Amino acid sequence: MPEKPVRHAKPIAVPPVAQSAKEPVLPLRINGKAFFHNGDPDMPLLWYLRDVLRLTGTKYGCGIGYCGACTVLVDGKAQRACLTPAKAVSGHEVTTIEGLAGNSELHPLQQAWIDEDVAQCGYCQAGQIMAAADLLRTTPHPSDDDISKITNLCRCGTYPRIRKAILRAADAMKK
Amino acid sequence: MQNYSRRRFLFVSAAASGALLVGWRGARAQALPYLGAREEAQALGAFVRIEKNGDVIIGARATEIGQGVKTSLPMLIAEELDVDWNRVRVEQLPYGYIDTDKGPSNKYGDQGAGGSDNIPSAWKELREAGATARALLVQAAANKWDLPKENLRTSSGQVIAPDGRTLGYGDLVEAAAALDPPKEPPPLKSPEQFTIIGKPTKTVDAADIVTGRAQFGIDAYLADALIAVILRCPQLDGTVDKLDDAEARKVPGVKDVFMIAGPKPDEPIDGALANGVVVLAENTWAALKGREKLKVEWKAGPWAAESNSALAAKANELLDKDADAVPVRKDGDFAKAYKSASSKHEARYEMPFLAHATMEPPGALVQVQKDKALLIASLQTPSRASQTISNLTGIARKDIEIRLTRAGGGFGRRLKNDFVAEAVQVAAKTNGRPVKLIWTREDDLRHDFYRPFGVHAMRAGLDKKKKVIAWSHRCAATPRNYRDSGMKSAPLYIGCIEPQDFPAGLVANLDKTFFPIASGMPRGWWRGPIHTFHAFAVQSFIDELAIASKQDAVQLRLDMLGPARKLQFGAPDDSGYDTGRLAGVLQLAADKIGWKEKRSDGHGIGIACHFTFGGYCAHAFEVSVQGKDLVFHRAVCAVDVGRPVNPLGLEAQMIGGTIDGISTALNLAITVKDGQVQQHNFPDYPLLRMAQAPKNVEVHIVESTEDPSGAGEIGIPSVAPALANAIYAASTVRIRKLPMMPELLRLL
Repeated sequence: MPEKPVRHAKPIAVPPVAQSAKEPVLPLRINGKAFFHNGDPDMPLLWYLRDVLRLTGTKYGCGIGYCGACTVLVDGKAQRACLTPAKAVSGHEVTTIEGLAGNSELHPLQQAWIDEDVAQCGYCQAGQIMAAADLLRTTPHPSDDDISKITNLCRCGTYPRIRKAILRAADAMKK
Repeated sequence: MQNYSRRRFLFVSAAASGALLVGWRGARAQALPYLGAREEAQALGAFVRIEKNGDVIIGARATEIGQGVKTSLPMLIAEELDVDWNRVRVEQLPYGYIDTDKGPSNKYGDQGAGGSDNIPSAWKELREAGATARALLVQAAANKWDLPKENLRTSSGQVIAPDGRTLGYGDLVEAAAALDPPKEPPPLKSPEQFTIIGKPTKTVDAADIVTGRAQFGIDAYLADALIAVILRCPQLDGTVDKLDDAEARKVPGVKDVFMIAGPKPDEPIDGALANGVVVLAENTWAALKGREKLKVEWKAGPWAAESNSALAAKANELLDKDADAVPVRKDGDFAKAYKSASSKHEARYEMPFLAHATMEPPGALVQVQKDKALLIASLQTPSRASQTISNLTGIARKDIEIRLTRAGGGFGRRLKNDFVAEAVQVAAKTNGRPVKLIWTREDDLRHDFYRPFGVHAMRAGLDKKKKVIAWSHRCAATPRNYRDSGMKSAPLYIGCIEPQDFPAGLVANLDKTFFPIASGMPRGWWRGPIHTFHAFAVQSFIDELAIASKQDAVQLRLDMLGPARKLQFGAPDDSGYDTGRLAGVLQLAADKIGWKEKRSDGHGIGIACHFTFGGYCAHAFEVSVQGKDLVFHRAVCAVDVGRPVNPLGLEAQMIGGTIDGISTALNLAITVKDGQVQQHNFPDYPLLRMAQAPKNVEVHIVESTEDPSGAGEIGIPSVAPALANAIYAASTVRIRKLPMMPELLRLL
């Protein structure tokens, strides 16, 4: 039988993809842990997270930074991982959906997303939550127009519940 | 859909842990009574697994594409099992192929996602599966207490005796697993007894989704899998003329480059969609970089001259000349009635090709070994994927393992398995090493099975009392059955115009005719396929009729629908459509939007309704046109899909259908020029963003005791016409060509 796929993007049960040992090693910090990337330093963070670390919560959607499915936080700021070369985040703190809650079980946004039952197919939602995390960092009490600044795409049309979830999380974080 | 043997047997057995398993297996041994005899269960092959500690695990059989069936179908089982939903864990079942005496079957029943039929097909059979498990547990308790089972009742995972004694299901699993299943399906609950069905229930995978743990097809990895990307010929049915892969092979991590064959022109597209060049690499980035370095000269195929403008011209020419007509339906005598009508009206509506643009693009992880194969992918028809693999490899279907994941959207795209075929073709060259095929967004938009392109020519005649006495709907379109081996015998009009849809049966003199247009664009089903395609024309035209004849647009529809009665829809013995229920949602949407209230300040309201897949829906919008912007003030959706299984999920489907409908109607079109799709990525196929969407969609669910129908598609067909009608009311600009925004800006 072939090996089963990694079901959860938790600590890796599968060895990372072999990279050329000739490349210089690139130190990275992701979700509070140190990693050393020994492949192409231009590899987009998206593919480093997915193919190498198997942190698959960060999704591919368009590859041109338009749809936001790959949104991660770099030093707390939302950034499209598909356009971010790995080398650009060396020396910075990267947070992915898997690390958003830190030591808690769930970030208030994640809880709000569950409470509002936002997800349909669910594919874009990690990126939506990361974009919302950045929004609440700069705008703890967002207006409708503030929320409208999130440009992440959702093909299922969950936007109304995303709005509700962000307001709910903002409320929860105030308390 | 493949015609599976409907005969299946429930089995009961004990797992190694002592857990009770209740599942199905195929009708292999004819001698067995209904509901079958004891059999050793497969590891995961069960709908219900109850552990000795009382944990209840329910298997979800259907492919979850965002329509909520991973939640709603297990709810049906849990209801009859009578367990506490909060203590249920739901697990995705794999594809359940089995060989039977009567041919291929599936031990879980239908696992596909199409035609909104998951809920209706599961409504009886999955409740029976739950009821059977409960009957066994009750019998086990009856034996233990030496009481008649009729005196016992169940609640929240316990069997309760008349004197108040209780036994938890966990305490009964060993005894229950030793019992033979009942010969007849046990009686089902009456709806008053429901504790789970009808209760708003959250997505079972919600916590996994928001923490990034949920697995989609693209998230599957095998340790030594190679990543494949394909450069496909951009021209319809074009071929590789010259390939220079020297630079591509120099990219570190690139392992191999080779060509892959698409279908031959005019042969069915059952496998890969296009000729192309495969780049195999150690990781996605290397594969993509390698692909960029390919130097390929393409040879144009037979469709090198195809363009949207030529298709539109051809459609209008056919409609003008009434040439190459394929009759769809004729009632009475349209020509005569139209001639005698006191007022005559006509309009044409143009629909573009559409791509599915699932947020998760197609892709597949495949391993092909000598006598077995493995597929992990986001699918809508695992049965056809299994067939595809078997056809290409010769491996018996029972030796093909298919693991199902959540799918990042479906919308009909994954009813095709071209991406599976591609991955299998690639994996055939890797000596058993698994291959993970990645599609980029550019691949996805340029290589889809598009919703057909077409023009609807509508005519109607009204008598002196303003009653519609003649109705003609002629549709010139690229037939849906183009190179689809599964639709070889289907009439040309299937997928573009529906003989029985509104107002068929309601206008005495009715003519529906189809005119096929040749095109090389691959075609497929697109969410609510026929219905989104023609309801725009029908429901816009009704609005135009109402305005031209100075009638109320809601009342005109109600007059046409007439008294509540059932009209035939589908086969004569199908349940048909109920004009009263369609009138009901229309009236409800009208009431909620405040149809009779005059709008000022440039606001306009528009309404439309539609019936399909057993469901009834109406939309009403209040909009204004401000400069070059369309502003939504209100969005109302009224829906009747019978008894809602999960109202929270149903509301989500309606919100989603409404926004998908708006997104598509306003901005989306696939165009073709010089035999090539012109769109590349989201900037030129711009799905609606949050800022452009209504902030809220007011969903009103009709209370109903009818058996439930699916809700994945009914939320979209009435959106575009309601919106066009609202835009007209706000601006007096009538939009007859989709997408709307370019038309609106052109006409303003």
